[in-house]
Amino acid sequence: MEKEKVLRVTGLNVFYKNRKRKLFSRKNKKIQALFDVSFDMEEGEVLAIAGESGCGKSTLARAIVGINKDYQGEIWQKYGRPMMVFQDPYNSLNPAKKIGWLLEEPLKVDKERTWTKEERRKRVEEIMQEIELPISMLDRYPSQLSGGQRQRVCIGIALMREPKLLIADEPVSALDVTIQAQIMELLDNLHRKHGISIIFISHDLRVVYQISDHVMVMKNGKVVEYGATRDVYRNPQAEYTRQLLKAAGITR
Amino acid sequence: MNNSKLKKLLKNPYVFIGGIIMGLILLMIIVGFFWMPYEPTKMSASEKLQGISLRHIMGTDNMGRDVFSRVMYGSRVTLMIAIGTIIIGAGVGTIIGSITGYYGGMIDEVTMRVIDALFAFPSILLALVIVSVFGVGWPQLVISLGIAFVPSFARIVRGEVLRCKNMDYIENARLQGVSDFRMIFLHILPNIKGVLASSILIGFNNAVLAEAGLSYLGVGSQPPYASLGRMLSDAQQYMFTRPSYVLCPGIVIVLMVLGFAFLGEGIKRWK
Ligand SMILES: Nc1ncnc2c1ncn2[C@@H]1O[C@H](COP(=O)(O)OP(=O)(O)OP(=O)(O)O)[C@@H](O)[C@H]1O
Ligand SMILES: [Mg+2]
Repeated sequence: MEKEKVLRVTGLNVFYKNRKRKLFSRKNKKIQALFDVSFDMEEGEVLAIAGESGCGKSTLARAIVGINKDYQGEIWQKYGRPMMVFQDPYNSLNPAKKIGWLLEEPLKVDKERTWTKEERRKRVEEIMQEIELPISMLDRYPSQLSGGQRQRVCIGIALMREPKLLIADEPVSALDVTIQAQIMELLDNLHRKHGISIIFISHDLRVVYQISDHVMVMKNGKVVEYGATRDVYRNPQAEYTRQLLKAAGITR
Repeated sequence: MNNSKLKKLLKNPYVFIGGIIMGLILLMIIVGFFWMPYEPTKMSASEKLQGISLRHIMGTDNMGRDVFSRVMYGSRVTLMIAIGTIIIGAGVGTIIGSITGYYGGMIDEVTMRVIDALFAFPSILLALVIVSVFGVGWPQLVISLGIAFVPSFARIVRGEVLRCKNMDYIENARLQGVSDFRMIFLHILPNIKGVLASSILIGFNNAVLAEAGLSYLGVGSQPPYASLGRMLSDAQQYMFTRPSYVLCPGIVIVLMVLGFAFLGEGIKRWK
């Protein structure tokens, strides 16, 4: 029996405004960042998107969550808005707000239901346990946290309203190796526990291998390879994937 | 704000000196509400232009009024006008700056061009024009000065909002479904409160000086209840016959400006 899909992207082309546009030229040329991207995702799977810097991974993520609005093609989602964990934990937490406030905010602006103060507090404490941070940190500002702790908070914020799909855009590439492993483990645990579907973006194929069920490899805004992770790693079809695997020291 | 931050602020020498100066001036103003040595408008033909004495610690003016009492009263007028000016200038400026900065596009273009045009005039000239439209009197004065101060605040706030609005944390909040209003007031403005606070203190200074300037031109606060600036302009013709009459309000203005400047500098360095 085929599992249900949570996300289906068909023929996606994404455009950016050309900033270098001349002042008086009428031609509003756009830059195309994604070309005819299609894929789908099953409920509860982890899909990795890999590829070199600038190939359009973040562009794709931002189109799916609705930040990049200028696109053609179809993005179908089974559930409402997915949540996202950003690449740089030093930039994705509001420096003027305490951790407790930041975690509560998604509940305060929840359009599906109103949360009482008591419920919010309970949910925040629950999440702090999930992301394995002590309750005492709720009173801290982001600047008083390490990179790994910040990324945990970002994951926590994304999970507050229990999304069915989480997009993690290179959630560990700004962190050092031991912390990377901890965050990966946390994501893996959350995935197992809640059965949440995850799009995991990374340029590091070694990181991808541990966590993903499927891999999609991109280059210059196009999909060059898609398949079950083990198949792709054992028997890559595209020359580019082979290069990447070699560069990562996985194949010789 | 947590305690350690507050302690650090108080240890800052700028804040310390500025605090002492402003504390003394505020004390004088507050005492003035309950007690002044003389009625500031009470004239005395027999005591014109007296020097410093025990009876009149800052001497008397050309109408025999006690300068110290007038300074006490004048500081109050000056401070009130400055506060009013800043409330209008910073309030309206912040709203305009954050809306134009946040939404960008056409609203931004048009509003900022208007602001730029206004900004091209010194605020005192702008206030002069506005006073000439609204007429003379303290509410008009405060409104004119306030409007004259809107452009500088709008620009500062707009610049800061532009800096913040493309940060990942704003994008992140938008994904959560935070409304524009909430975004501007709860997510963006808290990040610029340091800049805003120091511009407000600098703005206070400019307001004090601008009011003095307007009084000097005869459109500031009206007699017999004079601001410090007004006193200064009334006193100038007696500059050589009775220097204390000019110096006393002058020194208080300078102290006030220094006090605000120190506080502003301290807050700027604190962040
Ligand atoms: N706001 C933008 N305006 C114009 N072009 C952009 C914008 N953002 C990204 N691009 C371009 O789109 C392409 C894809 O960028 P994207 O950020 O999606 O890459 P990425 O795969 O996420 O790279 P990285 O691994 O470095 O994060 C790049 O060529 C980039 O220059
Ligand atoms: Mg990226």
